[in-house]
Amino acid sequence: MSKFITKQIEFVGMAAYQAIERFGFAIRLFWDSFYWLFVGRRYKQRVRFHQIVEQVRVNCFDALLIVLALSFVVGMMLAIQLIYALTEFGAESEVLRAIAKSVTREFSPLITGVIVAGRSGAAIAARIGSQVVSQEIDALKVMGIVPVRYLVLPPLLGLMVAMPLLVICADFMSILGGAVFAVGRLDMSIMAYMVESLNILLVNDIMQGLIKSVAFGIIIALVGATMGFHVTGGAEGVGKATTSAVVTSIAFIVLVDMIASYFLTQ
Amino acid sequence: MNNNAESVINVKNLVTHYGSRKILDGVDFEVKTGEIRVVMGGSGSGKSTLLWHILGLHEPSEGCVEVLGKDIHKISFNEQLQLKQNMGVSFQSGALFSSMNVGENVALPLREFTDLDENTIRIISRMKLEVVNLGGFHKLMPSQLSGGMIKRAALARAIVMDPKLLFFDEPSAGLDPVVASEIDDLILSLRDTMGMSMVVVTHELDSAYKIADRITVLDQGKNLFTGTVKEIKQCKIKRVKDLLERRSRHELVTSDEYLKRLTEENYTLS
Repeated sequence: MSKFITKQIEFVGMAAYQAIERFGFAIRLFWDSFYWLFVGRRYKQRVRFHQIVEQVRVNCFDALLIVLALSFVVGMMLAIQLIYALTEFGAESEVLRAIAKSVTREFSPLITGVIVAGRSGAAIAARIGSQVVSQEIDALKVMGIVPVRYLVLPPLLGLMVAMPLLVICADFMSILGGAVFAVGRLDMSIMAYMVESLNILLVNDIMQGLIKSVAFGIIIALVGATMGFHVTGGAEGVGKATTSAVVTSIAFIVLVDMIASYFLTQ
Repeated sequence: MNNNAESVINVKNLVTHYGSRKILDGVDFEVKTGEIRVVMGGSGSGKSTLLWHILGLHEPSEGCVEVLGKDIHKISFNEQLQLKQNMGVSFQSGALFSSMNVGENVALPLREFTDLDENTIRIISRMKLEVVNLGGFHKLMPSQLSGGMIKRAALARAIVMDPKLLFFDEPSAGLDPVVASEIDDLILSLRDTMGMSMVVVTHELDSAYKIADRITVLDQGKNLFTGTVKEIKQCKIKRVKDLLERRSRHELVTSDEYLKRLTEENYTLS
């Protein structure tokens, strides 16, 4: 029995150690990325603008369709639930305000973050992981190319730009989704609904979502890269890292969302 | 090889550990200008680890690694960068970037570290591909290449910056004898035409005899023997003879040790 308990404690200890080590690694990646962004030119480690543009394209446009579709559905779902709940208080007309505020502050960045974590976070982990396995990272190092500058910085910056762009699109589609369902109940046109929503929204509402989306972009890139760099054991290791990157990213996104919501609404 | 030539690589008393295991145990190693030095040894003898230290990929626990007169682990980033541009490496797996075609792979160091225009970069990278007999294959992706072609493409990338030092990790591993022999010929012709010094880690005996000026044999992290091909063939050290004659290595263990190996759950080799 005591052996079993010792093993469990050992397991928890190892897991905690690994988590702390990886958290530190991710912080280091973030720091190194911006270090090379600002001083890279001096050390022949130029950051190529086209690599960042390519990352924005990959992360933004490739995810756009699914983000738009899901945001539309989420907007519609919110309208269904809110109209049902608010009708009980005779506050049906407030559905417009509730949808506009909740999607811009909360749902759009969250949904977009989850989708992008599933797409780009997994892709970053898989790409870097397979490069670790096939010695491509070593090849970069012996050539004198800093792997963080070459492999982490472009997707990091790419996601920091792509996420807010996606969230703006998601905001629009969520409100439109809500409008499609709600206009019948509120007896107004879709155009009037959209204009009214825009009038209700404050800059602060949209900014909250955008600030969160940048944070989510950073989380997705760093978690993906951290898992990728820690791959061991060939193809199986790459698979595990990919799964782990998605799960960890989503967990951190939800956690950071809660913390950010608390501070941004004070 | 000129015996009076100056040394380009000088490893002194190199000690390194992985965890509690000692992988290299006081290795001394020297390569002279224009020399092809082959490093041999059984699996786990520390030959690849020695290579990683010379390349600056691993930090030693003790000792120093001087490459082109500079201690690779004690110089500034810029000096290291300069040094690395004088070193080309051909990895065992090739380590070609799978997202780039062969031409882009070879051109990468030129794009990163020179201000040459695209046209010149293209011409140089195709020239290097011609050197390794891969002319016309620049548009293929690494996944479309055979094992031998991957090794040659990796070699083209390694020599694209005209380095003074070239390193090979198992250049003929996994290749049929004809292709392996072609790689050996390439190594010799590169040394003769470009005057590069080379370190070749291999356990292919035929290849080692064909290309080596001197051979170093590592065993359990120690430098067991260094000498010419003729000298190694006459060597009387049992471990070296075992390696050359491909005799399996049976370790004598005590009955207590053997029992421990079989029964103890957390047993590991010290």
